[in-house]
Amino acid sequence: MRFIATAVVAAALLAGPAGARDKKKDEAKSEAKAIPFNKDPYPSTYKAYPSVPTAVTNVTVYDGEGAKFVNATVYFRDGKVEGVETGGAVKDGYTVIDGTGKWVTPGIIDVHSHLGDYPTPSVEANSDGNEATGPARPEVWAEHSVWPQDPGFSRALVNGGVTALQILPGSANLFGGRSVTIKNVYARNVQGMKFPGAPYGLKMACGENPKRVYGSKGQMPATRMGNMAVNRQTWARAAEYKRKLDKGENVARDLGLETLAGVLSGEILVHNHCYRADEMSLVIDMSKEFGYKVSTFHHAVESYKIADLLAKEGICSAMWADWWGFKMESYDAINENIPLVHKAGACAIVHSDDENGIQRLNQEAAKALGDGRRIGIDIPDEIAWTWLSYNPAKALGIADKTGSLKPGKMADIVLWNGNPLSVYTRPDKVWIDGALMYDSSDPKKRPVSDFELGQPGEGDVK
Amino acid sequence: MKHLLLACAALITTPLAAQTVAITGGKLVIGDGSAPIENGTVLVSNGRVVAAGANVVIPAGAERIDASGKWVTPGIVAGFTRLGLVGVDAVDGSNDAEARGTPFNASLDISPAINADVAAMAVNRAAGVTRAIVSPDAGNAIFAGQGAVVDTGADFNPVTKSKVFEFVEFGETGARLAGGSRPALVAAFRNALGEANDAAKGIFHDNALLKRNDALALVPVVNGTMKLFVHVESAVDILAVLSLKKDFPALSLVLIGATEGWRVAPQIAAAKVPVLASALNDLPDTFEQIAATQSNIGRMKKAGVQVGVGMINDNDARQAQLSMQYAGNLVALNKVPGASGLSWDQAFAAITSVPADIAGMGAEIGSLRAGRKADVVIWDGDPLELTSGVQAVWIDGVKQSLTSRQTRLRDRYMQPAEGALPNAYDH
Repeated sequence: MRFIATAVVAAALLAGPAGARDKKKDEAKSEAKAIPFNKDPYPSTYKAYPSVPTAVTNVTVYDGEGAKFVNATVYFRDGKVEGVETGGAVKDGYTVIDGTGKWVTPGIIDVHSHLGDYPTPSVEANSDGNEATGPARPEVWAEHSVWPQDPGFSRALVNGGVTALQILPGSANLFGGRSVTIKNVYARNVQGMKFPGAPYGLKMACGENPKRVYGSKGQMPATRMGNMAVNRQTWARAAEYKRKLDKGENVARDLGLETLAGVLSGEILVHNHCYRADEMSLVIDMSKEFGYKVSTFHHAVESYKIADLLAKEGICSAMWADWWGFKMESYDAINENIPLVHKAGACAIVHSDDENGIQRLNQEAAKALGDGRRIGIDIPDEIAWTWLSYNPAKALGIADKTGSLKPGKMADIVLWNGNPLSVYTRPDKVWIDGALMYDSSDPKKRPVSDFELGQPGEGDVK
Repeated sequence: MKHLLLACAALITTPLAAQTVAITGGKLVIGDGSAPIENGTVLVSNGRVVAAGANVVIPAGAERIDASGKWVTPGIVAGFTRLGLVGVDAVDGSNDAEARGTPFNASLDISPAINADVAAMAVNRAAGVTRAIVSPDAGNAIFAGQGAVVDTGADFNPVTKSKVFEFVEFGETGARLAGGSRPALVAAFRNALGEANDAAKGIFHDNALLKRNDALALVPVVNGTMKLFVHVESAVDILAVLSLKKDFPALSLVLIGATEGWRVAPQIAAAKVPVLASALNDLPDTFEQIAATQSNIGRMKKAGVQVGVGMINDNDARQAQLSMQYAGNLVALNKVPGASGLSWDQAFAAITSVPADIAGMGAEIGSLRAGRKADVVIWDGDPLELTSGVQAVWIDGVKQSLTSRQTRLRDRYMQPAEGALPNAYDH
């Protein structure tokens, strides 16, 4: 009986909107031209805060793209990196910060966060990450759930040196909705945090979560094959919708299909929660079937099993160092996943998916580095930093703007009080677009969210 | 099966534990809060530490293991875990941490459920964790049952000591389990201990709220012969727990979690109640953790509280291996202006001898002082540092395998593409 009910529901799900569209098509014949949709109706209002020309001297630098400089000076001005120089006197006209014994890196970028949509306090009233009312919800946008007063942003900045992050919908749905990439700067609304010019992402999810959430309701998908069927049928609808848009036909506006059409035209990047190697392999074929590209597999605990395939396809893996075993699809996680993916020539990223883990992404990279070295994968520290800034920037489509210390990029910079791959090290100062947003020696240069203001401790994270 | 065979082999060739072994030349950490000793020696015999220090006389015939350039320490004692109770968290049949459907609570003894075969045991053993304090989780009542101290060795004897403590949920979780409020929680708590007092006299009421065995299980708690581990987070709730001693003076309390302990640290210290605190909680995850700060442990320590690192509700069935990273982070705080951390020596003790002492097991485990069980780890660097790794582990003087299904998978997929046969033939 349950199977029959499921089939009926599924048929209704698919037939309804398709039938409606056919009618619209007939009506559209007499109309002249499709109305273009506003692709940026909630535009970023983020503005860099004031900065002074700054020279951080006598530091060890990992530039984020694999280069290391010792006893170097990092220059930035007007919110942009000017360059990293070694030797010679410090140039005039800069506020000089002596970084002797310290390190400078690009700010860390977390490609997988739920800050704002699953904020702390973790109360039901603020739990806004999963629109778990249907397995395909590409019409929802994470930015419409982000609570900009999440105390977690401050921890990610102060302890984690995180300067940009992608906020994703959760993984209850196969199509979770649009993600948003933000600067880690508090604002009164999400628009004030949005990373200017960052492309949108689409969150998708494989495996246990969607089939558990809907299977337990007696709905499709209840199995992994159900997951794939709903995925494929949804992509087929999206392809049809895009075909009509491209032909200039006037179609009924469908927010979900609009997002999916954006994926098919390459404007929106796919971020796919997927643990198992076999499921990632199926998703790769599905992406070819419908003509899109997966930017990044998230969690990807079995990427090491198909690292060669991921390298060939040019797909990033966003991974933990050693989180494992909490459910079946995480049971085959190994500590060497990140270095093995890197060794295969594939794009490796350290991600958090966690309001605590985001405070220690540099530490996660260091653990993976050590585990790799013990099996003979000897990756230099400065190369490992690509897992934390440049590779995530690439995965988010913002590598031309941030993620490394190349001249002209946003001055998103962390001064660490020691080797940033040591457990004994914390951020000393953090600049975002050249503006000093955290200074460990100045209690006023530390953000306190509205929620914590006037409460015991006032968000004292240290 | 392989572990089973290894265990049998170990039994047949008995001398493994009886052997006298001297680990020499390493940077030796005793684990009791004292400073590391350069070029130290640990002498082990019959599964116990005979001596550890700078000038240890090595008897003739002892096996010598050169640890020059390495660190030698006691095994890590994970301060509060569910290790050994869970195969995969989300697979109910493999998860014995809590029981929502049982009519029993305080009398639930977790020790028979400790399973050395769960993957987390091998993973944590290979990471240097040799012992753990293991607690049940509360399913449907504020009292969860009786916790144990276990080892992570590859054998069928994981329990070092059972019924070490009773675990009770205070604060938000306790209030929910008690019916919805803190007054309901305190009423449930007082009633339970009252019924235990009656049970001690052989009095059982027909309308008692506790089952007979649960009331009996609380007798040693109310008498103070069994510790009571209390999960409590907010400053207000901590004071409420401390005040229970007025009516139940024999209670042997240990605070678990204690996110806001720093706000009432002098009171905790004055009450001489030890704490197994979450090391890095710095978010107001609940309304009982509003004043969370990473300086919590450091501030409590400075106020004179006996405090070790625990991991309640923090991947506590699998990730005891994070103990070293957490301790290292407490050391890092010393370099942050205005923060309170621990010295390296204190931090290492907070994941070895301090939890052992708090569990009442300090004479048996948690340090390399003479007479302790020979749980020894050799590390290739500073054990609190992220890039360091474990080179050898002994538990009860028995050298342990560092293999797990994780290392087997790793080795199988070092070259992921299939060769002459499918990867399934590579083992």
